[in-house]
Amino acid sequence: MTGPVAISPPILSVRDLNVDARTPEGRKPVLQNVSFDLAGGETLCIAGESGSGKSVTSLSIMGLLPKASLKIASGSILLGDRDLTKFSDRAMRSVRGGEIAMIFQEPMTSLNPVISIGTQLTEAIREHQGRENAEAVALQMLDAVHITEPARRMKQFPHELSGGMRQRVMIAMALSCRPKVLIADEPTTALDVTVQAQTLKLMRELKSEFDTSIILITHDMGVVAEMADRVVIMQNGRIVEQGDAVEIFARPKESYTQQLLAAVPRLGAHAGTSGPPRITPVSNETAAADRSPILNVRGLNVSYGSTAGKLFKGKPPVSAVKNVSFDIAPGETLGLVGESGSGKSTTGKAVLGLIPFTGHVMIDGQKIGSLSQREMQPVRRSAQMIFQDPYASLDPRMAVGRAIAEPMVIHGIADRSEREDRVAELLRRVGLTPDAATRYPHEFSGGQRQRICIARALALHPKLIVADESVAALDVSVRARVLDLLLELQETMRLSYLFISHDMAVVEKMSHKVAVMRDGSIVESGTRREIFENPQHNYTRALMAAVPIPDPQVHRRLA
Amino acid sequence: MAFLFFRRLVQIALILLGVAAITFLLLYALPADPARMIAGRSATAQTVANIRRELGLDQPFLVQFWTYLTNLLQGNLGRSYAQKTDVATLIVARLPATLTLMLAGIVVEVMLGLLLGTIAAVRRGGIVDRLVMMASFVGVSAPQFVVALLLLYVFAATLGWFPMSGYGTFAHVVLPALTLGVLGAGWYARMVRSAMIDVLNQDYVRTARAKGLSARRIIFRHALPNAILPIIAMIGIDIGQFMGGVVVVEAVYGWPGIGQLAWQAIQQVDIPIIMGVTLTSALAIVLGNLLADLIAPVIDPRIRTR
Repeated sequence: MTGPVAISPPILSVRDLNVDARTPEGRKPVLQNVSFDLAGGETLCIAGESGSGKSVTSLSIMGLLPKASLKIASGSILLGDRDLTKFSDRAMRSVRGGEIAMIFQEPMTSLNPVISIGTQLTEAIREHQGRENAEAVALQMLDAVHITEPARRMKQFPHELSGGMRQRVMIAMALSCRPKVLIADEPTTALDVTVQAQTLKLMRELKSEFDTSIILITHDMGVVAEMADRVVIMQNGRIVEQGDAVEIFARPKESYTQQLLAAVPRLGAHAGTSGPPRITPVSNETAAADRSPILNVRGLNVSYGSTAGKLFKGKPPVSAVKNVSFDIAPGETLGLVGESGSGKSTTGKAVLGLIPFTGHVMIDGQKIGSLSQREMQPVRRSAQMIFQDPYASLDPRMAVGRAIAEPMVIHGIADRSEREDRVAELLRRVGLTPDAATRYPHEFSGGQRQRICIARALALHPKLIVADESVAALDVSVRARVLDLLLELQETMRLSYLFISHDMAVVEKMSHKVAVMRDGSIVESGTRREIFENPQHNYTRALMAAVPIPDPQVHRRLA
Repeated sequence: MAFLFFRRLVQIALILLGVAAITFLLLYALPADPARMIAGRSATAQTVANIRRELGLDQPFLVQFWTYLTNLLQGNLGRSYAQKTDVATLIVARLPATLTLMLAGIVVEVMLGLLLGTIAAVRRGGIVDRLVMMASFVGVSAPQFVVALLLLYVFAATLGWFPMSGYGTFAHVVLPALTLGVLGAGWYARMVRSAMIDVLNQDYVRTARAKGLSARRIIFRHALPNAILPIIAMIGIDIGQFMGGVVVVEAVYGWPGIGQLAWQAIQQVDIPIIMGVTLTSALAIVLGNLLADLIAPVIDPRIRTR
């Protein structure tokens, strides 16, 4: 691993950068006095939660700020001795993609769907390096990012490639003109852990091979620890703290940095205990064992694209969930982990009867699947769901109180004034004030919205909650508080959770039992201690090995 | 692919059958009596009855329809009552004129719509955008005969650039095509504008900008092909709208196409011609849609089937 480089002038230097947003109420500062240097061959991580200004910083460097809403108010961005803030659009074009290149978070949407991979690669090379050997350079680049059969890939289109491959193509594209600086904005956030590990490894490899300095923007302190030589911590548009990575992780000076690091879930942090950490002081764990399960699943199968009964038979159905079985006891959490496409979300929907399935599913003693819509109604009361995206799962035109009361209205529970009391109580229960009931979702932050979704799920006194990636969209510090809320509710209300997540550390914190899914099947299941302290299946081990560890010294030792 | 294509052909046949049945029923229910129209006002009841028997109009509805269908399947569209000529011959003779007009109209509407819509999207919020949106609004709301008369007044009567009416040279096509295309151009400009605005905000356009590509390449190579996809499906559907416009435009400009033929036939209750023209239009619409469905995969690799 490259250590700090000997004193040489920085490749890129951001000095007292101020960026303003134009709002109807006038100008509002988005970035305030941001200053940092990027040395040659260095990886600088800019870390922070949403709204910290880390992406605005990178867009400023690229000259890609949306003109209508954001503007550099003062400060300079020096590339060598040239100030990029003084560059014309035309001059900036030769810098973009040539001297400074960028890769983005969403590999699925960052490539143009109607243009072949080859054309998208070569057009950047032609733009900056002339047209003679663009094809050859493109092939070389695909090879450099370890894409097999590069010649065939050149003719393919983005939808034919997996997310990880697309991000490799993005990296190949960004590095094809041998930029001095590569800005990577959350490059692995949308990828599975194992793919993330491969992508980060690739970036480290290519950094020395192409002699590029990297600015890595991320919210994930594990990724920071794995990649950074130096770290810049941002909050609300300002730099809170910056310095050597080892130093920041070992001795964070500012309280915000300390909080941020403390909130990071660490794999193995709960080793030696059999259940999630207790939030409330009372203990009543005795009765759990002999009760019949709330959710009993045997031989669950789900397939998509079934054409049975249609006149023209099309493709054969795709099997999304294969022969899955598990139990969840009252007051217990089963963590269902796996990567995208493993069938974990499909399993969650199937056990609530939201999609057609075959097999045996019993919720609170009631066998579902054969039930009609009307017969399902009371079963639904005892099982509710919390979704991933709190922004998309609340109706923007429905007041929060109405949204929470809606399940009660549908099930005909309580009259109007009783419902209002219940809503107020539920809001208090999830840590909001009752006056939230008259406000609308856009007035709340992501974490608050997820609390509202939890209140809505609790409205019918369910016994089982299916939480599908319920904290994945939240910032780390908010995530930790929502997880604590879920644990507290479980203890006081004896809720059972089917906790679906791709995040191993979160699952470790939340679960009593764990099932690992891959390609629609459960490859390994057991108590939390069995899975996390003594994993048997290779895939489980690979998953755990791929999780970045939020401690730079661990990596330095390994490297 | 071949299978899908075959399925589409079966669908097309069924659609045409449906169109034939509905049109035939509507014309049968018409209060006007073709036999009396042919016989003339002074004819005796006996003459009218003879004509009716001759044309088979005294038969029950289902028998008449069956006769028509069996003839149709043999490619026989019947004989015109008024012109005493084979309907197929009449239509085929006039088809080139109408196809020329429609093609020119589509070119006008698509080109104008794409151009204006793209400019408006790129210059969003500016004066050009507002002007384009205003012009497109006028284009969408102006009745076709008004547009026709306006164009005739300015470019034919006053400036004398183009002939008032007739058929044969390129100059003859310009005004009718403009009249036909202006309405659609307004629609397309609006659709292209909103599609382009959406596409310009996509991640892949940001990627293209991050590569340092020129604005021209970003707009024409990266954005436009994506924005055009929903428009292509629209063009297929639009041909139906077009047929209505063709009748008006052909009447105003004295254009010898099937629109004019239909117009005369309606006045004379010449049922075989009305049926023939309706079926021809229906065929044009379904073929237009088929064409749109065949073009879409050329632009969008995601819907190509292997």
